[in-house]
Amino acid sequence: MQDAAIHIHVNGQARTWRSGVTVADLLKDLDIRTERVAVELNLEILDRAEFDQRQLTNGDRVEILGFIGGGVGSMN
Amino acid sequence: MTDDRLVIAGREFKSRLWVGTGKYKDFVETQKAIEVSGADVVTVAVRRVNITDRSKENLLDYIDPKKYTILPNTAGCYTVEDAVRYSRLARAAGVSDLVKLEVLGDERTLFPDTAGLIEAAKILIKEGFIVLPYTNDDPIVAKKLVDIGCPAVMPLAAPIGSGLGIRNPYNLKIIMETVKVPIIVDAGVGTASDAALAMEYGADAVLMNTAIAGAQDPLAMAEAMRYAVHAGRLAYKAGRIPRKLYATASSPIEGML
Repeated sequence: MQDAAIHIHVNGQARTWRSGVTVADLLKDLDIRTERVAVELNLEILDRAEFDQRQLTNGDRVEILGFIGGGVGSMN
Repeated sequence: MTDDRLVIAGREFKSRLWVGTGKYKDFVETQKAIEVSGADVVTVAVRRVNITDRSKENLLDYIDPKKYTILPNTAGCYTVEDAVRYSRLARAAGVSDLVKLEVLGDERTLFPDTAGLIEAAKILIKEGFIVLPYTNDDPIVAKKLVDIGCPAVMPLAAPIGSGLGIRNPYNLKIIMETVKVPIIVDAGVGTASDAALAMEYGADAVLMNTAIAGAQDPLAMAEAMRYAVHAGRLAYKAGRIPRKLYATASSPIEGML
């Protein structure tokens, strides 16, 4: 099982990852520092303490968000 | 004016100028403009992290959250659900319970959807958020927002990014009389005199982004805004003379030939 791949969506992009990967592993693989991001897994916002326990499974939708420059309103 | 601190929900702020971090050329310019402006509150937006190009730098590498109060906004949210979702994400991303709540009603004017704003604010306040709502210059809505627990209100001066200045000074004055919480004039400021006027009317702070970032020389405008807000505040506290139709001489008649 450990060798099987899973198909997930990360920030709207279809990706293939190794089976058994946790949210913390995913962030590490993507070279994203955990302390300034929020992670939503299938619309559930995760607590940072859960990152290394939550394993991803086939079909999961992961959103990784952080802070960018902004004032009021939005720009396209 | 070291004793003239702005206090919102028990938090003290040194600066009465708050600034946004959008529309700058790069992070270095953003950082310099904020520094020159003297602002200690900076607004940021919440967006997807770029997962394909990790070489892109992070805004917070340039704006130290230990030095500035980071105020996440819900910019770009047009529904209550989205605004609540983005607020929760902002809190999860780990800065604080503060949120500048925006529920926009229309893409052309970016005016707030005030009904949606009140609804979203209620939900978030129940969840322990400190909600600073971006609202219209409507005294009734401002009062409702305060009644449900917003510790400050942020009425617009004019449409976001319009640079039109204060379109409705009388409504702003009525808001200031109606609610007893800090009023932060947010959006629509074009130049230094607009910011000074807002403060002279009695606003507790001014928040702006485009007026500085969009100026031909953002750093010079950041400095101008710093002085304008300071001057406006001093003038407000000093108490201006009343307007009169006719002249009043300032030299005595006594001693004339």
